[in-house]
Amino acid sequence: MTSIPRRVLIVDDEAPARSRMRDLLADVNAGLPVVVAGEAANGRDALQIAETGGVDVALLDVRMPGMDGIELARHLQQLQSPPAVIFTTAYDAYAIQAFELHVVDYLLKPIKASRLQEALSRVVQTPVLNPETLRSMQQAPRACLSVGERGRVHLIPVEEILYLRAELKYITVRTAVREYLIEESLTQLEQEFAERFVRIHRNCLVARAAIRGFERVGAESGEGPWQVVLAGLEERIPVSRRQQHIVRELAR
Amino acid sequence: MVQSINHNANTGPLPDFRNFGILLRIVLIVNGIALLAALLQVPTVRAWPAQFTENAALVEPLLILSLLVLAVVGDLLRRLPYAMAISAIVLIELGLTAALHFATKDLFFVDAHSLPRWLLIVALTTGMLLVYFDLRGRALSPALAEARLQALQARIRPHFLFNSINAVLSLVRQEPRRAEAALEDLAGLFRALMADNSQLTPISREIELCRQYLDLEQLRLGERLRVEWHIENMPPDALVPLLALQPLLENAVYHGIEPAETPGVVSITIHVARDRLHVVLRNPYRVTGDHHVGNKMALANIRERLQLHFDVAAELTTQIGENTFEVRMVMPYLKAE
Repeated sequence: MTSIPRRVLIVDDEAPARSRMRDLLADVNAGLPVVVAGEAANGRDALQIAETGGVDVALLDVRMPGMDGIELARHLQQLQSPPAVIFTTAYDAYAIQAFELHVVDYLLKPIKASRLQEALSRVVQTPVLNPETLRSMQQAPRACLSVGERGRVHLIPVEEILYLRAELKYITVRTAVREYLIEESLTQLEQEFAERFVRIHRNCLVARAAIRGFERVGAESGEGPWQVVLAGLEERIPVSRRQQHIVRELAR
Repeated sequence: MVQSINHNANTGPLPDFRNFGILLRIVLIVNGIALLAALLQVPTVRAWPAQFTENAALVEPLLILSLLVLAVVGDLLRRLPYAMAISAIVLIELGLTAALHFATKDLFFVDAHSLPRWLLIVALTTGMLLVYFDLRGRALSPALAEARLQALQARIRPHFLFNSINAVLSLVRQEPRRAEAALEDLAGLFRALMADNSQLTPISREIELCRQYLDLEQLRLGERLRVEWHIENMPPDALVPLLALQPLLENAVYHGIEPAETPGVVSITIHVARDRLHVVLRNPYRVTGDHHVGNKMALANIRERLQLHFDVAAELTTQIGENTFEVRMVMPYLKAE
């Protein structure tokens, strides 16, 4: 076996579950060198630890408040060298089904030390998780979108997003503060966040909650196409001819 | 006392005249008889529809009136012994027939001498329906109901079981005493879940189970779970179906506390008002796209058990507020001996 210990990150929202995992890793250490690289009770803290680059394997609980394990795994993929991911769950019929379907590593809590050791010794060969696979496993809409920036992962809380606009290869994500470019599909984003965003143009989704009103372009003539006014944004977003009915539906 | 309460509280053979299913059955059967009668009355099949329309004109007013009256006095009848209730229903039907007959005599030019014939028809139809409902009641209860009750109780969330075992395991090395207490709680809970619980139980026992359950959850969730009991005015001798409240708490924790990033309060209020026991449970709730079927299943499960014990006298309602989810359970206040 290799003598360089694997650096393991424990992510679980329940303190007893983390402490149990620590005990188990100590037991495993006799057969397979491992060190605990860190512990996190939520996705954000986990990302921060992972950004330091000192994590080889992340043990992620599937069901966590705020950001679940699967979403966290997606954000981790934005790192330059993402850690291998092993999911842990006590019982989640949907997740287990998805793991089986996509041959993703998972451990059922309570976890046996031998099973954990087996999984940890295997991670070297496991391929990096496919973003498409993770996307199809996600049940609830994500809490954040993420962009990898110089080895760090920048989280964009979905509630801060004013609009999403597709341009060529990328999607511009606009918040009140700045813009980001992400590589995703607008159609998939529209499906995932159907309750939050509305399509006003072939290439643009705007946040329903941010809509302050609608204006016509040629103010004098009053005949031009409609534009959306968004909270805290000078920029006006054109409504496509095909989506004109949105104006009537949303401007009450 | 408990025995006799159970006997009375169980679904009696007397049908619930406010139940939509029962109403539908009555309407269909009575119209079926009218249809058959029409066929017997006419010489050719061609005249059948016309005859049925004629029969319906006579039958329908009585049918609607009967259903209205029975829906109103149904609760009163339920309190009578079965034989008396049956006689009362037949008498009500005969009375209504006579009343309708005299009221509409001028309208329809009905032959005054036809009354005895109509009374006989109505009495026979009513008797037939009552026999039908009696047989149906026997077929559905009690053996079948009991089996179902046990199957329903078997549904504890595996999520809770495995997470709890995992939490206990984490204590074994560092805090063996707490691990012992937690295992005792778990054993107590499962003993209740696996016992024959078709009887009603004093609410104090149910509260004890709930506390055992909440202690286990507290172990996992720590500060995130806060519980407020408002049970100063709760009569400890009130009878409830065992495990009527615990699954609701499990729901509250699973949907209200676990998905929340900040600590939350689960509050339980129990009191008696106008001879009815009110159990109100509130938990924080955030509307998300994450709708699990588990919630509805647990609620349907408890609703069904309340119905088996109290029929229409108990109800379970839910209300989604701005940031809270509220379940309200109301049932008759029955005292344990």
